[in-house]
Amino acid sequence: MERMPIVTMPLSAVGRLTISLIQEMGRIAIFFFYAFFHIFSFPLQISKIVRQVYFIGMKSVFVICLTGISTGMVLGLQGYYTLVKFGSEGLLGAAVSLTLIREMGPVLTAIMVTARAGSAIAAEIGIMRISEQIDALETMDIDPIRFLASPRLAASLISFPLLTAIFDMVGIYGGYLTGSVLLGISPGIYFSRIESSVEMIDINGGFIKSFVFAAIVATICCFQGYYTHKRSGGFGAEGVSLSTTSAVVISCVLILITDYILTSFLL
Amino acid sequence: MTVLFAENDSSFSFSLRSLRSLREIEKTKNYAMNNQPLIQFKNVFKTFGANHVLNGIDLRIYKGEITTIIGKSGGGKSVLLKHIIGLIQPDAGTILFQGRSVSDMKKSEKKAMKQKFSYMFQGTALFDSMTVFENIALPLKEKTALPKAEIRKKADEKMEQLDLHEINDKYPSQLSGGMKKRVSLARALITDPEIVLFDEPTTGLDPIRKNAVHSMISDYQKKFGFTGVVVSHEIPDVFYISQRVAMLNEGQILFEGTPEEIQKASNPLVKWFIQGMESRHDGLTGMMPSSQGEKRFMEEMARMRRHENVFSLILLTIENIDEVNHGAGYETTQAAMKNFADRVRCHLRITDICSRHGMNKIMVILPNTDIEQARYVRSKLAFKMETENAEKLKSAQEIYFSISAGIAEATKDSLMEDVLAQAESNKNMNYNFKIR
Repeated sequence: MERMPIVTMPLSAVGRLTISLIQEMGRIAIFFFYAFFHIFSFPLQISKIVRQVYFIGMKSVFVICLTGISTGMVLGLQGYYTLVKFGSEGLLGAAVSLTLIREMGPVLTAIMVTARAGSAIAAEIGIMRISEQIDALETMDIDPIRFLASPRLAASLISFPLLTAIFDMVGIYGGYLTGSVLLGISPGIYFSRIESSVEMIDINGGFIKSFVFAAIVATICCFQGYYTHKRSGGFGAEGVSLSTTSAVVISCVLILITDYILTSFLL
Repeated sequence: MTVLFAENDSSFSFSLRSLRSLREIEKTKNYAMNNQPLIQFKNVFKTFGANHVLNGIDLRIYKGEITTIIGKSGGGKSVLLKHIIGLIQPDAGTILFQGRSVSDMKKSEKKAMKQKFSYMFQGTALFDSMTVFENIALPLKEKTALPKAEIRKKADEKMEQLDLHEINDKYPSQLSGGMKKRVSLARALITDPEIVLFDEPTTGLDPIRKNAVHSMISDYQKKFGFTGVVVSHEIPDVFYISQRVAMLNEGQILFEGTPEEIQKASNPLVKWFIQGMESRHDGLTGMMPSSQGEKRFMEEMARMRRHENVFSLILLTIENIDEVNHGAGYETTQAAMKNFADRVRCHLRITDICSRHGMNKIMVILPNTDIEQARYVRSKLAFKMETENAEKLKSAQEIYFSISAGIAEATKDSLMEDVLAQAESNKNMNYNFKIR
């Protein structure tokens, strides 16, 4: 093999990294489209989707409520002490609700569901991979991506917007608890400001974000689990632990990056 | 354990004979069609990193036969099996299915081909978040439009045959290794596949279950006529159920032929491997394996030549093993066979040599015994086994082994096969051996 001049070595490393990154993104995109189209292939996997909605959605409700109420209360508290300096504490309802509906709701919901359900998805599929259960599906001529990833993707697309709505609603009541019950803002002003300032475009924007985050989280977590055996860092149980960690980290980073990009388009 | 003398059952013998001739016809028909291999490997190579696992494999697998692949652990047998079903693609070379290259097939053709296969994994690969029933029913649920009741019925039937009905709502983690193997086998057979690939189906099983699985594979193969490829270390047990054996060594097929041919192979590596893997005693019956029996036959023959001694054979055959398998289950049958072998050994003379011969036969070599003495030994054996448990018999609505015992005297320079055939042809006594 011909030796490379030392000056071009870093450049070549960057090039290699970029190519592998683009290849990986391509693989993830193909994985997503394949899983997405198979949601609608017959026979529909209704019972599996319902089971996943229960696992990803229903079982996350408690943690979402907990995060939502604490976020709303903190926003109410911080917002009140900032607004009171300008004598505009009456705008607290608008500040809390817009922050939650546009940003905090979709982002925090996605991150919390990633931590709770995304890691479990990656670990479950990863274990199925290392114990040859996915190979067994292939030998039975059952499409593993359709069988494993499609119902989880569908369930995420259903659950994320609903969880986001719950998060927003609970958060608004959290803000009300601090602003009105503890700090004495009139409940009428709090809710009427919400009504007058929140428009449909804000709500739609929040839901668009939650759909995109659902696709990202489900795809990344299924993808990481599905290709556990291709990891160079570790095999067996170690491979599964690395896949789970990567699934959570990559999902969270992508949620934050995508949030910025989407916000800049939606505003 | 009880033995009951019975009259020669001529109708039973007749039905067995007709069954056997039917099988012979079927076998001949298969061979006629078998000129073309069903699956063929042509110079197949596979490398993982620096590890050359397959190094130019040439192998033929024929329709309707069980082909066993033997070889050292870690020698690439499972990799070879995974190539057949397309879980692994070869680096070079061609795999032909019904004469067509698999790599040239369209997606739909590959799909159609895959539907004919079933695979039993070495590590069982059961879905650990599903119950035993769900595991077994999954291929039918996902790949057929059968109604739920029909799927339930088929899965129940399979679980019944494999003694799994009591654990149908248990999860794989709650099962022993042997049970998992049986669940995996049930899952592999539920779709009535045309080709079944078994990756070490009996590893880690006790002798009774091991033999139960072997007889089940053989039995199902006869019943449904599927093509089987078995990766196994169980020598000589797999020879009883296989029509062809291939030995894999250093990534190449070192030997390919019938079980008889491999046992007589002159290649020192093959010989060394077969002898190394073969235990001195058969795990189930505690008797010698048939190759050891053959060796003892040769020794007796040499003695006959030197000292003009005579010796005879008794061939005990469990005639109704298939029916008993279906009636009592495979494990019960194998446990009964073990008991039967123990009783036989107890009642023979200390000089007599017992060896297992096939799935349902025991060969007894009687040194220094002519045909008349052999007849006496046979009667005495049956009498002892009968009187031993005569009391218990009266209460019986039970299942019996129908045992036939043939005798033959060896003549100078006669082959073991000929003497055995003579013993087989003059089976003149049937008696029943109570197993439940």
